[in-house]
Amino acid sequence: MIYSQSVQALIEELGHLPGIGPKSAQRLAFHILRIPEPDARRLAAAIVDVKERTTWCTRCWNISDGPLCDFCLAPERDPTLLCVVEDPRDIVAVERTGGFSGRYHVLHGAIDPIGGIGPEQLRVKELLARLEPEGVTELIVCTNPNLEGEATAMYLARLIRPLGITVSRPASGLPVGGDLEYADEVTLGRALEGRRAMEA
Amino acid sequence: MAVPGKSYGDYAVVLKAMRLGEADRIVTLMTAEHGKIRAVVKGVRKTSSHFGARTEITTHLRVQCWRGRDLHTLTQVEVVDAFRAVREDLDRFSQAMAMLDAVDQIAQDGQEFPALYAMLVRALAVLDSTGSPLVAPSFFWKLLALDGSSPMLSACAGCGKPESEGLLVAFDFAQGGVLCEACQRGRKLSAPGTLDLIRRILQGQLRTVLFEPLSPDAAEMSRLAVDAMEAHVGRSLRSCHTGLVQPALRDSGQVP
Repeated sequence: MIYSQSVQALIEELGHLPGIGPKSAQRLAFHILRIPEPDARRLAAAIVDVKERTTWCTRCWNISDGPLCDFCLAPERDPTLLCVVEDPRDIVAVERTGGFSGRYHVLHGAIDPIGGIGPEQLRVKELLARLEPEGVTELIVCTNPNLEGEATAMYLARLIRPLGITVSRPASGLPVGGDLEYADEVTLGRALEGRRAMEA
Repeated sequence: MAVPGKSYGDYAVVLKAMRLGEADRIVTLMTAEHGKIRAVVKGVRKTSSHFGARTEITTHLRVQCWRGRDLHTLTQVEVVDAFRAVREDLDRFSQAMAMLDAVDQIAQDGQEFPALYAMLVRALAVLDSTGSPLVAPSFFWKLLALDGSSPMLSACAGCGKPESEGLLVAFDFAQGGVLCEACQRGRKLSAPGTLDLIRRILQGQLRTVLFEPLSPDAAEMSRLAVDAMEAHVGRSLRSCHTGLVQPALRDSGQVP
């Protein structure tokens, strides 16, 4: 063993983190060795705390510190507008826009037949159970704009539209700051279909 | 065969994709000249990526690749056909996934199989244009034949008794095809025209089959196609069991 047992154990544990190889794990372990003890204790406490306190929101399946997450508890959020996302991290992306004031529902994945993920493996039943009690009038399906995300959106639309609820999807188009020359055919095609008249 | 460290061009269909790191993706491609390959697409998940939607599953591409030690790297792509109707219709999508899953199971890494590539491209084009719910099951039968595993349909696969001498009442791909009353095992045949449909698919009358109205024969032919393909590849095709059953078949009460 090159390092002492405790340092070696730390390197091994850090090496299990996503995107961290043996060299990065070693660098992080030596950084932790160098920082003051209170800082290291805070880091350790934060890891323990997040494992002990964090759970899933029982209504929307977002990450939460209690039975209901902050979005579900906030009285100012519009319960009739529901945004469906694949992953809790997508909520952060939508929130950053500052343009959405409704509630969320996290599916925890998208339909991926080859990977063996169908509607049964997603939080679809929980979504259906929310629609009537919460008086949802519009469902914005904010799944990723790839084939799996689109399939999930089509599946939800087929299921929910007959209930008289508007099912919408964010517009797809060209990224701001990009070059038209590099736009792919599908994106450009959709951007042209969804074009808007310019205000004078 | 591509030489390591060399760039090469080819035509390909994207069979599947998996995330790699923060913004990359590994795609499995069924190519025309290099068989099934796995290639890294760098930065594809960023909105600014020039690959964009081009490397989505089912897309037919013209690609330029760099062969590395283990994985290839996709350097340029041009869309030949995006099969847009497949992307935008759930029924077509679920059939396309089943076809890609089967091709992924049958094609071997790096082994040329141009006929398989060509058949997949044609099947995706037919699915895109017709949307017939019988494209994927028919593709399975054709794929089995292409891979040298056509089932026996005109005589009992157990004792060899021809159809003219007695009823063929069951189907078991592991036994080689249809079975007579004495040898019966596997799935019992319940619809009278099922075998005729399979024969027509394998004898070059696919076009007429695709436009057949949905019937118990078609539903049974579809179920047998999945059974046979799963027996051939030796595992369950997950894409056929995710609950995305063709609603046309489901609504007609043909699928249990």
